[in-house]
Amino acid sequence: MPILQPIGRTFIAFLEVAGRLSIFAIAALTHCVRPPIYPRLIGRQMLEIGYYSLPVVGLTAIFTGMVLALQSYTGFARFSAESAIPNVVIVSITRELGPVLAGLMVAGRVGAAIAAEIGTMRVTEQIDALYTLSTNPFKYLVAPRLIAGLVTLPILVLIADIIGVFGGYLVSVYKLGFNPATYISNTVDFVEVQDVVSGLVKASAFGFLVTLMGCYHGYHSRGGAQGVGTATTNAVVSASILILCFNYFITELFFAQ
Amino acid sequence: MTEPTAINPTPKIQIRGLKKAFGDNVILDGVDLDIGKGESVLVIGGSGSGKSVLLKCILGLLHPDSGSILVDGQEVVGLYGSDLEEVRAKFGMLFQNAALFDSLPVWENVAFGLVQGKGMDRIEAKALALEKLAAVGLNEEVAELSPAELSGGMRKRVGLARAIASNPEIIFFDEPTTGLDPIMGDVIDRLIVQCVRGLGATALSITHDMASARRISDRVAMLFQGKIIWSGPTKDIDHSGNPYVEQFIHGSSEGPIQMQIRSL
Repeated sequence: MPILQPIGRTFIAFLEVAGRLSIFAIAALTHCVRPPIYPRLIGRQMLEIGYYSLPVVGLTAIFTGMVLALQSYTGFARFSAESAIPNVVIVSITRELGPVLAGLMVAGRVGAAIAAEIGTMRVTEQIDALYTLSTNPFKYLVAPRLIAGLVTLPILVLIADIIGVFGGYLVSVYKLGFNPATYISNTVDFVEVQDVVSGLVKASAFGFLVTLMGCYHGYHSRGGAQGVGTATTNAVVSASILILCFNYFITELFFAQ
Repeated sequence: MTEPTAINPTPKIQIRGLKKAFGDNVILDGVDLDIGKGESVLVIGGSGSGKSVLLKCILGLLHPDSGSILVDGQEVVGLYGSDLEEVRAKFGMLFQNAALFDSLPVWENVAFGLVQGKGMDRIEAKALALEKLAAVGLNEEVAELSPAELSGGMRKRVGLARAIASNPEIIFFDEPTTGLDPIMGDVIDRLIVQCVRGLGATALSITHDMASARRISDRVAMLFQGKIIWSGPTKDIDHSGNPYVEQFIHGSSEGPIQMQIRSL
């Protein structure tokens, strides 16, 4: 049956990629915990992934918080439930929008940069050169990025949470006429530890996924400039999709009864 | 194909029946090659004949499908992890386009293997790197530049300094003169000969530049269709009696080697 062939072929190709990715991830993780570990490189990557992403993530967060307040106001006003706005803003931001949007922005910014850098190193034989200089590229290139992603994204998301809630506060207080003190006390009373923690766990997972996809696609890129371009696209697309998938499963893990 | 000679009874590198294919595309089809200790062997062959693949198989960067590669009598095929890294520490390699790390200044490139690979102190490694750079005719000003600011010939020299920085026992040269003008090619060749002799290292080079081949090698082997079809001392290359070699060294399109060219 020639109709079934492409389906089978696609499925086998999918399994192949899944297998290769798993092997890559396991190898990378073992190098994260086995010495030598390069603190200087981890520091540089944390700066690159975390600090330089602050403006992008901050802007995303503040406008998201603002639009959230505005939208829920127009909706909730119909049921005279405007007072629920602080609660909606804090829960949406900490649980979902903070980590997911920060993750997606970082995927675009950092995932692409990692894939392009490592991909270029691959096609210009710099990765082979690392091997010949007694340096394992997993240790030197991949592990510092993975560790930096795991550690910095939660910090980034915590900042994004605060900025997002502040965005909601700005719109509620200066545009919708909320009392500032009531807004803040409503927010603080309503937020639970689990909301924030689940968001930070997500952030850590997303940081891992973004850097892993960047490294994986960069490492396996081939064939010059075009190959690096493809690797970059694949890194961003696969990281974004995986972020949305994992977001669901982590949410289920935390909140499903 | 190549028997151990009386002078070099145990080869530094011994390759037997090495095979490597990418999908249906057979690159190496049973390569046999011996490289004696302290010998400078050069593999010639057309573009895409698998010369680079051969080097990468010996370094363990590619996994051969079958065959054996002995380095100092130790089997390299199938090694992985720290055992492989131990064997790799014997090698230095000059890559075709130098493959310098563009995120690091020149001296850190040269010192890379010492600092990252051997854990040497940075100050000590820098002094050694400057020494190696001086050996290839580059001064301290160049040491602080980024690789992107260097010309092709300078990049090759930095690559050479990096390859010899850790005093390797075996050095590989991947098309050392490709892309250089003839004079710079000669300069690089002389540096290669000087560095290899200075270290007493074993050298394996690949090239299709015949002028360079004559200057840097003791022995030449020709790779064609995945096999070593001829091997002999460099001085005998002009009367090899092998039509493939003759065609190659004369750069003629007429002969037994037929390029796959489709007429438009």
